[in-house]
Amino acid sequence: MTSPDPMGTAPATLITLRVNGKEQALDVEPDMPLLWALRDVLGLTGTKFGCGQALCGACTVHLDGEVVRACVTPIRRAAGKAVTTIEGLSPDGSHPLQRAWVALGVPQCGYCQAGQIMTAAALLRKTPKPTDAEIDQSMAGNLCRCGTYTRIRAAIHQAAEGSTPTSTREPSK
Amino acid sequence: MSGAVVLPRRAFLASLGLAAGSLALGVVPSVAVAAPAAAPAKVAALVPAAKGPGLVPNVFVHVAPDGVVSIVCARSEMGQGVRSSLPVLIADEMGADMAHVKVVQADGDAMYGDQNTDGSTSVRKFYDDLRRTGATARAMLVTAAAKKWGVSASACTARDHAVFHDASKRSIGFGDLALLAAKLPIPKPADVTLRPKSELRRVGGELPLLDGPDLVTGRGVFGADVRLPGMLVAVVARPPVVGGRVTKVDSSKALQVRGVKRVVELPVPKGPPAFQPLGGVAVIADTTWAAMKGRAALELSWDHGPNATYDSDAYRETLLKSVRAPGRVVRKVGDVDAALAKSAKRLEADYHVPHLAHAPMEPPAALANVTDAGCEIWTSTQNPQASRSEVAKALGLDASKVTVHVTLLGGGFGRKSKPDYVVEAALLSKVMKAPVRVQWTREDDIQHDYFHTTSAQHLEAGLDESGKVTAWLHRTAFPSISSTFAPGVKEASDGELGQGVLDFPLAIPNVRAENGEAVAHVRIGWLRSVNNIHHAFAMGSFIDEIAHARGADPKAVWLEIIGAPRNASLAELGVDKLPNYGATLEDHPIDVARLRTVISRVTELSGWEAGRKGGRALGLAAHRSFLSAVAVVASVVRDGRGKVHVDEAWVVADAGTVINMERVRSQLEGAVVFGMSLALHGAITMKGGAVVQTNYRDYPLARMPEAPRAIHVEVIPSDAKPGGVGEPGLPPVAPAIANAVFALTGTRVRELPLARHGLV
Ligand code: FES
Ligand code: FES
Repeated sequence: MTSPDPMGTAPATLITLRVNGKEQALDVEPDMPLLWALRDVLGLTGTKFGCGQALCGACTVHLDGEVVRACVTPIRRAAGKAVTTIEGLSPDGSHPLQRAWVALGVPQCGYCQAGQIMTAAALLRKTPKPTDAEIDQSMAGNLCRCGTYTRIRAAIHQAAEGSTPTSTREPSK
Repeated sequence: MSGAVVLPRRAFLASLGLAAGSLALGVVPSVAVAAPAAAPAKVAALVPAAKGPGLVPNVFVHVAPDGVVSIVCARSEMGQGVRSSLPVLIADEMGADMAHVKVVQADGDAMYGDQNTDGSTSVRKFYDDLRRTGATARAMLVTAAAKKWGVSASACTARDHAVFHDASKRSIGFGDLALLAAKLPIPKPADVTLRPKSELRRVGGELPLLDGPDLVTGRGVFGADVRLPGMLVAVVARPPVVGGRVTKVDSSKALQVRGVKRVVELPVPKGPPAFQPLGGVAVIADTTWAAMKGRAALELSWDHGPNATYDSDAYRETLLKSVRAPGRVVRKVGDVDAALAKSAKRLEADYHVPHLAHAPMEPPAALANVTDAGCEIWTSTQNPQASRSEVAKALGLDASKVTVHVTLLGGGFGRKSKPDYVVEAALLSKVMKAPVRVQWTREDDIQHDYFHTTSAQHLEAGLDESGKVTAWLHRTAFPSISSTFAPGVKEASDGELGQGVLDFPLAIPNVRAENGEAVAHVRIGWLRSVNNIHHAFAMGSFIDEIAHARGADPKAVWLEIIGAPRNASLAELGVDKLPNYGATLEDHPIDVARLRTVISRVTELSGWEAGRKGGRALGLAAHRSFLSAVAVVASVVRDGRGKVHVDEAWVVADAGTVINMERVRSQLEGAVVFGMSLALHGAITMKGGAVVQTNYRDYPLARMPEAPRAIHVEVIPSDAKPGGVGEPGLPPVAPAIANAVFALTGTRVRELPLARHGLV
């Protein structure tokens, strides 16, 4: 990333964008990644920092509906656009993915899950009934160190079915 | 599919119970003053509410007159589900209804007992104690009701958040009893009677995920999520080599970065690393980004110190050489040398496992606020009491002046038992006279970890004419965790050898285990399942090698080598004592029957007898660790590029008594993926004493496309004392995969990871 002002000493100008439906005007360096603008300036801490290099997906948000990694998206690229974060995905956690995630007990530590859900939400918008292969491809950029992948797959299918989420766990002996 | 519903900020704030009026953040004038409005509520939620009037039978339970029962979770939540499990155990023992239970996360305080959340101890060590806390509360509530009614306490029962006198069909709620019960003497925990297990209504079942709704909406508060007014952020440039120090600091460019407040040199650690910060230079700014840019602009020179010659590739040879020669004998039965000399066939193999990094998804972060009154900390720590004592030591304060609030942990795996990052925050807050959050980047995390040790092992077996194993020699060498805490340690501790080498049951008449010397050059720490990782890999692979050399079914050879159902005695094992994870052999014997059962069950479930078919091959391994027995079968196939892929896995565990079956299963599923990461990709290497890898690019973890299409988990029903769960799923995974790879490809992987051999 080359910045015309690597030291960030130029006088800043306000950057305006819509975040979860609300207009925001931020007085920050134009090269500040969207991630840090969300977390440090707007206090929206649901979007997580995992790698800072577009390698883990923990920071995934939607920019005009498209999946972006907020850690490598300079705030200037979001100027004039609409950002949706996990806090704005649904008013009350009732997005079908959120419901399926809870019903299937997907999260372990949960740290990656906001990013997982945001990536999955964009997938379902374009591909309402994804196959395993489509899920694998779309979700490949989202790491989960706790290893919840098989449940994530199941939860995406469940949300895609649109049915009332039910447990698909194997009964224990 | 509704897509992304854009939420008005007002609604979100309302959902947090906050008035939106004061929060209309239109223009944010300056980042430094933008204390986000949602923050105070989040912070408050982390501080245990001052206990109002009501019944306080102990530090874990509070019954308020309005009927709200607060139950403390004193262990750290890092995905293993303690917050969803331990409070239910207390509530069930009380007869409390979870709908009226508030779970409160404990600060770091010795009054809660051991809070260091590692060693898979949360359930196995506290099962009875926690039940007693609930039983004490129940006893007092029942006595209060009995007194009120003038009936015998033994005629009353507690259930559904109330005490019942069934004979007169009377009942009274816990809330209405709270103040009465509070006047009663508190019985000694040892004097209270526990309920029969059958009366524990929810324990053992599929318990709801307490934090699930918060975790899918971004409301869960992790270490880096706490905000205080006027808070600053620090990013630290640490010495690249352990034992190194900064010799020249030019901070002029860093200080020109907008938002950077100050550059501060951290003290050079003294003596062994222990939990001390590594030293280096901190850049403190008003945002994380400014701090990161400031750090990049620092011009630093280092003296790399005595570890600057460490090269992990060369060290691999050193370790292998060490295990090819006799070492310190740590386990001995019969005469291995004589039996080997007499054997009809001899097999030997050397194994190597590289250093590994924890790489929890959340890099370390801690917020400290040092004031005249003391120091207040918010952090994701597995070890809140050590955080407290280390901060107190570093600041020269009495521990009573240090408060450590524990947030959710974005993974721990042992990394967050070491509070070096917490001390950094405290030191910097003191200098800045302001709240300071230290934020580790992924690069910091991978390069400055307390690494899983690196190891070499040499195994040798003698077989008689029939193929039966008559001699077993196992040599292991690896830098010890003790080296992190004491200078000059070269030998493994009993605790480390007790993870596979000393305790694995072998129905072999001649057995000898030896430990070779190994010097540490990096900080060695404990990573999920610790030394079981490499010991189970070598032993589990070698048993498979023996089976193939004999042309026998590996399952049959596993059962033959561990032998008949029995409790293996110290004499049989050939040791004087056994650490046994801190438990007695009476409570937790080396029960071979349980190991046999998990092997039999996992092979049944996976269709083992059908063997290789449809382009897939199966591999088996089993291990006892943290007092639980786990067997794994991995199925591998070749993918379109000819690389191996784990397409399915089966796990069977006997973990004794279980509180939350649902989280036990999720831990075991997770262990398979964690095990895949280290088996397929995991390798940290050092050149010139510094870590070569930087981020997930060169320290890859298993990703979604690599995940098996199914991980089948079965938990053996058991009334035995609870064993561990978070760790024991991991050790058998790597050898099961390596054994499956051999079955599929004929390539025997003795050095991890598979990527080293071009297999993935
Ligand atoms: S933090 Fe952005 S992809 Fe990892
Ligand atoms: S749930 Fe912990 S990293 Fe995904």
